[in-house]
Amino acid sequence: MSYVDTTAIAINPRARRRRLLRKRFLRRPLAVVGLVVAAAFITAAILAPVVAPYSASATDFNATLAPPFTHGHLLGTDELGRDQLSRIIWGSRASIQAGVFSTLLAIAVAVPIGIIAGYYRGWIDPVIARLTDVLLAFPFLVLAVGGSPPSCPSLTNATLALGIGAVPGLIRIARGEALALREEDFVRAAVANGARDASILARHVLPNMLSTLIVQATVTIPAAIIGEAVLSFLGLGVQPPTPSWGVMLSDAQSYVSQAPRLAIFPGIAIFLCSLSFNLLGDGLRDVLDPRTTR
Amino acid sequence: MTVLAVEDLSVRFDTDDGVVHAVDRLSFGLEQGEVLGIVGESGCGKSVSVMSLLRLLPPTAHVDGRAEFDGVDLLSVPTSRLQRIRGREIALVFQEPMTSLNPVFKVGNQVGEVLRRHLGLDRRAARARTIELLDLVRIPAPERRVDEYPHQLSGGMRQRVMIAMALACDPKVLIADEPTTALDVTIQAGILDLMRDIRERLGTAIVLITHNLGVVADIADRVIVMYAGRKVEEAPVHELYAHPQHPYTVGLLGAVPRPGAADEQGRLREIPGRVPSLAELPIGCAFAPRCPRADELTRSRSPELSEIRPQHFVACFHPGPEWQER
Repeated sequence: MSYVDTTAIAINPRARRRRLLRKRFLRRPLAVVGLVVAAAFITAAILAPVVAPYSASATDFNATLAPPFTHGHLLGTDELGRDQLSRIIWGSRASIQAGVFSTLLAIAVAVPIGIIAGYYRGWIDPVIARLTDVLLAFPFLVLAVGGSPPSCPSLTNATLALGIGAVPGLIRIARGEALALREEDFVRAAVANGARDASILARHVLPNMLSTLIVQATVTIPAAIIGEAVLSFLGLGVQPPTPSWGVMLSDAQSYVSQAPRLAIFPGIAIFLCSLSFNLLGDGLRDVLDPRTTR
Repeated sequence: MTVLAVEDLSVRFDTDDGVVHAVDRLSFGLEQGEVLGIVGESGCGKSVSVMSLLRLLPPTAHVDGRAEFDGVDLLSVPTSRLQRIRGREIALVFQEPMTSLNPVFKVGNQVGEVLRRHLGLDRRAARARTIELLDLVRIPAPERRVDEYPHQLSGGMRQRVMIAMALACDPKVLIADEPTTALDVTIQAGILDLMRDIRERLGTAIVLITHNLGVVADIADRVIVMYAGRKVEEAPVHELYAHPQHPYTVGLLGAVPRPGAADEQGRLREIPGRVPSLAELPIGCAFAPRCPRADELTRSRSPELSEIRPQHFVACFHPGPEWQER
């Protein structure tokens, strides 16, 4: 057999595509910054016992409301003499946990519903779509506050509430993708080849919407991080003395005039953390969009 | 032996603009190992009629009639049984090779999926058989191509993969809906060659839908000409080309570019007018508004099919081989 071998260059197509995507990603400095900062926050959250200089609840009554760089406290201390830096590091656990798990929960709930609505159409689709529209009419935080039981506030309940709040938006995205994918020729071809619905959804519909879902997840995570801070600030999330950026902001209120840094540092943490995920998401969207050529 | 017998197949769509009769009482039989060509202009109902056989039309379509295959009526059999027929006994090749493969999976997995689903092969056996199939459809270096993604293959290559997928379970019937329309002429020839080869080697009956009369002459045994959802003429291919009877067929053949086809001014003959909208068909023969032979009778009644020569059926009040009668 004689043929021109054009495939030798593309030894492993998947590795080649990965390399191409990485190259595109690295060409976006903001996305790289986002990735690095987000990774730093995640690492800090996981390694909090190792990297935090003090325990989050250790009090130092000789140094209450200490300014930064005094008494061996890098970012100073609060009214009970607790190390600010350590509390921010420990607090990142609540933020990351709420951000990541609520998003995973929302995806797990919303994607099957959205796919069923978009793929099967019929009577179920308008019902789900209109319900989603009604829920989307409420701001995300209102949904989350409404979804968190005021009787037993905790990080778990806040995470659940934030997850519920993110469900309608994700349903809409999954439904839209499924609506478009069901008309694709390869889905029609799979039907014509005798594929059952379950295998069409699992092999043809879901994998083709993954990149959209990944991008959406990086948008939902920062929203949930801010949401967690808000809920904790309102007393609907993490309960003192467990550290959380929202709790720190709330505690700082009484000392805003004497020690505004007590509010500023956790605020910066919230800002940086959510911004980093947003930048990462923007970068991923550009990179995964097949129309991108750079 | 007749493998597929279609009787009085009608398809109508209820649309906002009214009822559209896409296919009107179409009947045909398909013999084992036969290549049946269905020709007609865009929108004459040829694709819709074969799609309706496997119940691939959207729910807005209403399908009537019978389609006997292997002792069951395809149009009324439960979906679970139909799913075992689709791809296993009756396979379909679509017009669009560029988009008919799932972009996120290797082509080998996609062919293998059909094998594993219908024949219960395990992963390794499916892969081995897939390589054989890719070889059968003349894809060079199949053991390497099997691990490539659709975007790495050319259009002709992808259409070969689609054909390999369709042939995976040795179907009794292969339906090819304009399989070469999206491809270059040289690649077209290769695909047709392949289909002829498959028919000879595997005895598969093939329904070939096309608007290209050259393709039909090349490969088909028997031809059905459709116009506005109806069968207007049916004959063995040589009979049809030698003695076309319906003015539409005569017109189509006259419009094929070939030496000697031009008139005195050196132009190809065209059929005047346009295909009628299926939502508002004329009362009499649907072709009457474009037909040089039309008269009162044609415009008031719709002609039925009749056998005017052996095995040659035509639905026309004034059949004849000349464009202009009298």
